[in-house]
Amino acid sequence: MSEQRETWIILGASSSMAGPFIRSLAEAGHGLILAGRDKSDLAAIASDAKARGAADVAQVPLDVRDASSFKPILNHAEGCEGQLCCAVFVGSMPDQSLIDEDPALIEGVVTDSFSGPARFLQALAPMLESRGGGSIVGVGSVAGDRGRLGNYVYGAAKAGFATYLSGLRNRLGRAGVHVMTVKPGPVDTAMTWGLGPQPFMTTPDVVAQDILKGLRKRRNVVYTAGIWRWVMLVIRNIPEPIFKKMSI
Amino acid sequence: MLWKSTSYSGWGRALSAVGELARPERMSTLAKLGHAPAIGARRSYGDACLNTGGQATDMSRLDRILGFDVETGRVEAEAGVPIGELARLFAPLGWMPAVMPGTGFATVGGCIAMDVHGKNHHADGSFAQHVVSLKLLQDGKSRTITPKRGKALFEATVGGLGQTGIITSATLQMIRCEGPGMEVTEQRAEDWDEHIALLDSSEARYTVGWLDATARGKHLGRGIVEEARSTAVRPLSAPKGNAKSVPFDFPRFTLSRVIVSGFNKAYYLRIREGGQTRIKPLEEFFFPLDRILGWNRLYGKSGFHQFQCVLPEAELPRLRGIAEKIAGSGLASPLAVLKRLGPGAGGPMSFPMAGYTLAVDFRESPKARALISELISETQAGGGRIYLAKDSLATEDKVKAMYPDWRRWAEECARHDPDGALETDLTRRLALRSL
Repeated sequence: MSEQRETWIILGASSSMAGPFIRSLAEAGHGLILAGRDKSDLAAIASDAKARGAADVAQVPLDVRDASSFKPILNHAEGCEGQLCCAVFVGSMPDQSLIDEDPALIEGVVTDSFSGPARFLQALAPMLESRGGGSIVGVGSVAGDRGRLGNYVYGAAKAGFATYLSGLRNRLGRAGVHVMTVKPGPVDTAMTWGLGPQPFMTTPDVVAQDILKGLRKRRNVVYTAGIWRWVMLVIRNIPEPIFKKMSI
Repeated sequence: MLWKSTSYSGWGRALSAVGELARPERMSTLAKLGHAPAIGARRSYGDACLNTGGQATDMSRLDRILGFDVETGRVEAEAGVPIGELARLFAPLGWMPAVMPGTGFATVGGCIAMDVHGKNHHADGSFAQHVVSLKLLQDGKSRTITPKRGKALFEATVGGLGQTGIITSATLQMIRCEGPGMEVTEQRAEDWDEHIALLDSSEARYTVGWLDATARGKHLGRGIVEEARSTAVRPLSAPKGNAKSVPFDFPRFTLSRVIVSGFNKAYYLRIREGGQTRIKPLEEFFFPLDRILGWNRLYGKSGFHQFQCVLPEAELPRLRGIAEKIAGSGLASPLAVLKRLGPGAGGPMSFPMAGYTLAVDFRESPKARALISELISETQAGGGRIYLAKDSLATEDKVKAMYPDWRRWAEECARHDPDGALETDLTRRLALRSL
């Protein structure tokens, strides 16, 4: 990261994956606008960030499904000095079998993982364009790289988000804004606790390091753990007639 | 899913448990879990952190710093914060935890529940003496206690093996330091008497003796005495690269007698004859082994035991006898520590007492178990005690004799955990909660 002071909006600040990333930003002395749902948890994260040296920490309640909750965050961002940046950690993954029983759940998944954050970023984009810099980190998932039996609704939402980010990168790149797509494989969090051993599982700490490294190198798409880039390359290239008979 | 069925063990790996673990990431999730004992980084060696067939709550993800005041050096931290993290964050600002055990991975909650001591025990007392207040979760209700408010409960909680409730956070009074560097002076001690004399005459705030537990005869007690103080001088070389992991369980011959005594001799000869002084990063002095992640795997699959006792000063000859027995057995590993302790202790189940403490590792074997049992009896006979954070082999009668105030503690536990929902393998093995 540059020496310059930055202010980071974190959407989904109380997600387990955001934790170590927020800490690294705090220890580097950056400012933080923490947006999330669990208010008391947000307060604890804010205290933690302050104790670690964050320049300025704001907490703003966020409901991704309610676009009216975006406005206060954007207002807050408006007045910030230095480079403005944003990292998106929101998303939800109900069990595919629950979605099979109740297809209405699809809307929530798509809003949480794709259209909600996209709406927010769309409103933020002009601000970054006019400032002529900053970074956006969008956390997607390897599940978005190909629709699979176990979680294809979640995968579809994440795929939509990845495609959106690719377009946003195309747009904001012209204004000097860096948009980075992060695709984690399984991460050791509450979401995977109790699911049994997962392939190439990584930890939130490693995800944070990979994001920071990606930002330094101004990478466009980062897989974490890194091996997932190659695993997904293979999976994406399995011919559909074969893939449709597989259950991976 | 909140609970996962798994097999887990303490740091020594000789004992393990099969049971359900939860690892909440938010306090609101913790409140929803039923009453189960809390565990931290599982740096206790034996079964203090195990609950066979039951449930346990892993607190390691509840690790936020809730407040820090640079003027007073007070820090409020959730139970899962590793103690070394506080040193890393605040030493550059002139504050560090008053008491730190030999590993920085130990959590704040664990440090309280074990009332840990550090290399400065003779000067600064035990961990509990620097706890300003702490929060306990009892049957879904949170309460704050201090050394004065709820005194009996506080004293039963510090060193209390997690039996009075779940420690969720604590406010600690840190001590001033000059920065993240330590000025460390190392001197050779040629034999037992010189070793003790060096420890006795040391005026340093931090003093610890490293003992070659394989040296026998006239070399018995040979080792190195380290003295240290905080310094504003920056360490010349910061540790390079990331910590390294031990990738697999080492075979049994790794710690064979020949290799261990060779290692010890080389380690001893490393120090110049007249002693030497160097500036080390704080972590290197306090947590020398933390750079090798999973060093417990060096002992192989079957794990190891640590024997740690303290004996009053008047019983020094007996402690020497214990060291002699250990050296004669040829079973000891390189890691042996000899240290002077002061009187500071937080509660009836706290380990520290004025005297000398000796800690030695043994690879798990029937011979080692027999030897340790013998050493435990010796300790009891000498009016000393063993450290429950390390123990996996003691018996009820001996431990209750070593901790004569255990009943006061057990009664307080019964008041706050009447159903014994917080019992662990350790408290059951030693029947500590049976009044």
